Amino acid sequence: MTWTRKDLLGLEYLSREEINLILETAESFKEVSSRDIKKVPALRGKTVVNLFYEPSTRTRVSFEVAAKRLSADVINIASETSSVRKGETLIDTGKNIEALKADILVIRHNYSGAANMLAEHLKISVVNAGDGWHEHPTQALLDIFTLKEKLGRIEGLEVVIVGDISHSRVARSNIWGLNKLGAKVTVCAPKMLIPAGIERMGAGISYDIDQALENADAVNVLRMQFERDNEEAFPKQLEYFKDFGITRERLKRAKKNILVMHPGPINRGIELSSEVADGPGSVILEQVTNGIAVRMAVLFLTAQAGEEKK
Amino acid sequence: MKEKARVLDNQAISRSLSRIAHEILEHNRGTDNLAIVGIRSRGAYLAQRLAEGIKKIDGKEIPVGILDITLYRDDLTLLAAQPVVRKTEISFDITDKNIILVDDVLYTGRTIRCALSELIDFGRPKTIQLAVLVDRGHRELPIRADYVGKNIPTSQNETVEVRLEEIDGRDEVAIVEK
Repeated sequence: MTWTRKDLLGLEYLSREEINLILETAESFKEVSSRDIKKVPALRGKTVVNLFYEPSTRTRVSFEVAAKRLSADVINIASETSSVRKGETLIDTGKNIEALKADILVIRHNYSGAANMLAEHLKISVVNAGDGWHEHPTQALLDIFTLKEKLGRIEGLEVVIVGDISHSRVARSNIWGLNKLGAKVTVCAPKMLIPAGIERMGAGISYDIDQALENADAVNVLRMQFERDNEEAFPKQLEYFKDFGITRERLKRAKKNILVMHPGPINRGIELSSEVADGPGSVILEQVTNGIAVRMAVLFLTAQAGEEKK
Repeated sequence: MKEKARVLDNQAISRSLSRIAHEILEHNRGTDNLAIVGIRSRGAYLAQRLAEGIKKIDGKEIPVGILDITLYRDDLTLLAAQPVVRKTEISFDITDKNIILVDDVLYTGRTIRCALSELIDFGRPKTIQLAVLVDRGHRELPIRADYVGKNIPTSQNETVEVRLEEIDGRDEVAIVEK
């Protein structure tokens, strides 16, 4: 199996083998972060630009750390402080970054499809760090990597994703990826937060979290974005916690060793209780550590494929 | 790819490794502070065998590590097929140790150059000594081996194939025409 794509845009477009190659490569990269000198020269002389049109600290920092551990040079551009404010289009910004002779553009954008559009117009590698409600492939890859590391396999697992599925690119990427690797995915939320047609992506639907958790090997808890609270069809915080919040009580009725995941930042007392966030099944901080290994693998593979296409 | 000659069989390989094990012990005056690190993939198996050989002679276990040099290569973009990145496994502190670096074939010396860079990122060994099963010449860098199984003069349009039981199901070394 060889990696031939210059870009990583979403898990929808990848084969099972390609996903496995990224996971396998990430396993090797994880060791690098445990060394005294946490750096290898694999991307020495390469430039990675992080172009972020949405506020993000953890994803940007994770990409930055990953690039630096591979010896690449990193430039961060946040849209609030850039020429985007002066009206430059996304493609023009991308072409300017290409003209700087950058090798990889990591893009976070509030429009679904932004990364795909850039990849089409640019010769350099484009890595999607989250586009609108579409995909967030590296988040799903690190979720799957963590599941595999903890449970030894993906095939046959039952994974519940609970939260605002409608507005979640993390959910979409997870559904694509987990399905391709043979896991069974159930999304769970109040009716108003389940998008129409999600079952066509291969996910089961549940409106009852206790029922959904019954046979689950893992639950991926999404952040409730209450900044969208002004929207009419949005549940109130307390109501949501009572009906869907992950608590110790609820987990008592689930499988004994159920894993609890969360892409962060967590809202204690809203989508999960503190006891659960800090409890024995929680792998939330391990996800952060694994995120670096997965992003190192993605940067390394796309850079190499990009180099071959030049 | 045409096989030209079978240069070592399993007995010859085993005798070479056993001699190298003796030489390592002689040169380092025993096993104190000694450790072996093999370069993936065949060097790792040879390292394991050398450690077993040394144990047979001296009765002492010495630490064995594995180095994957993919991330340190200077020719990654020139390769036709990308190598899969594998794990480096060095679970002991290499500082102040005498490290025996092991590979199957010594050719241009570039692999060893990568391995030296990577090893030194793990600490500061007292010495690094190089053991190879085959030295086929054509060095492009000032690197030489301290322990050699067999010197095999070759031309540049030949390759030396080391086959090991653990990967290939049998032990032998052959010269193959490209």
